[in-house]
Amino acid sequence: MSLYLILFWTFFKIGLFGFGGGYAIASLIQDEVVFNHQWLTVAQFTDIMAISQVTPGPIAINCATYVGYSATGSIWGSAIATFASCLGPFLLVCLVVLGMQKIKNNPYVEYAFQGIRPAVIGLIASAALLLANGENFIDLYSYLIFGAVAIASLAKVNPIFLLVLSGIAGYFLY
Amino acid sequence: MLLDLFIAFFKIGAFTFGGGYAMISVIEQEVVTKKKWLSETDFVDMLAMVQSLPGPISINSSVYVGYKLKGVLGAIVAAIGTALPSFVIILLLAIVFTDVQDHPTIEKVFKGIRPAVVALIVAPLVRLSQKSGITYKNVIIPIAAALLVWQLDVSPIYIIIVAATGGLLYNWNKNKKK
Repeated sequence: MSLYLILFWTFFKIGLFGFGGGYAIASLIQDEVVFNHQWLTVAQFTDIMAISQVTPGPIAINCATYVGYSATGSIWGSAIATFASCLGPFLLVCLVVLGMQKIKNNPYVEYAFQGIRPAVIGLIASAALLLANGENFIDLYSYLIFGAVAIASLAKVNPIFLLVLSGIAGYFLY
Repeated sequence: MLLDLFIAFFKIGAFTFGGGYAMISVIEQEVVTKKKWLSETDFVDMLAMVQSLPGPISINSSVYVGYKLKGVLGAIVAAIGTALPSFVIILLLAIVFTDVQDHPTIEKVFKGIRPAVVALIVAPLVRLSQKSGITYKNVIIPIAAALLVWQLDVSPIYIIIVAATGGLLYNWNKNKKK
């Protein structure tokens, strides 16, 4: 299969199963992009998560755009991956708007979501666990930055500001 | 009308940093307050729907509003408007970053940023687990999901499918007994 087809299929799947927002989808993107296809290393993937956080737009789409380019070296790869990541949600939203009343009153949808919601929390946790490896945590400073940012983030400090601070800290520490 | 749709969602795509919940007020401002494309009630209904579907909230909202106003063509125009700003920005960054990522300064900066990214994922787990209705009865679901993906390399796709099926069967069985 050509690389473009593989890109399309991979990001189509990521879009279609991307429940629960950016961080929940991170473990899915990582599973495909880092482990299955080895388009990126864990550290490179983490860098893209950081870049996504400080630029506008959803993480899934940002990853698609970035990986599409870095895997093929061409703007077409980027465009195809981005298109593929939007296609599944696009079709589903159109279908649901068509049948909104029926779906809203269907108890089975709510039943399924009682299973999906707690699982999504697990997926977010797995994204963090998968990223917490030796590539991202290289020494004691890494753990200090991790602890400080976690506490500041719980205290609702702006995440963009925290990433900028961590970058400055990295520049002076290493 | 189509141009209006495009411009409104281009703005939404360009100014929604950090993703997810931060962008809801930006979307509301454009779609409800300024353009009056949806009523306040419709907007709340839409949010409930787009959050339960896969895909980013901004893209899903744009498709919803575009489709309601102008059918499939409206949905396409609104979705392209939303995706275009981040597509251009990330593509430019990708072109530059692949050249500079081994530069010592960039490498130093990202060494500091990487553990911070992990912290940013961990922190909202506390708040989210309360919102998702996790109790001592179902806490095994997120723990099992996390361990399966982390340790056994199970694809998150299977986790979603099994969790949805499990939720269906559990509730179906519970209601049958009543």
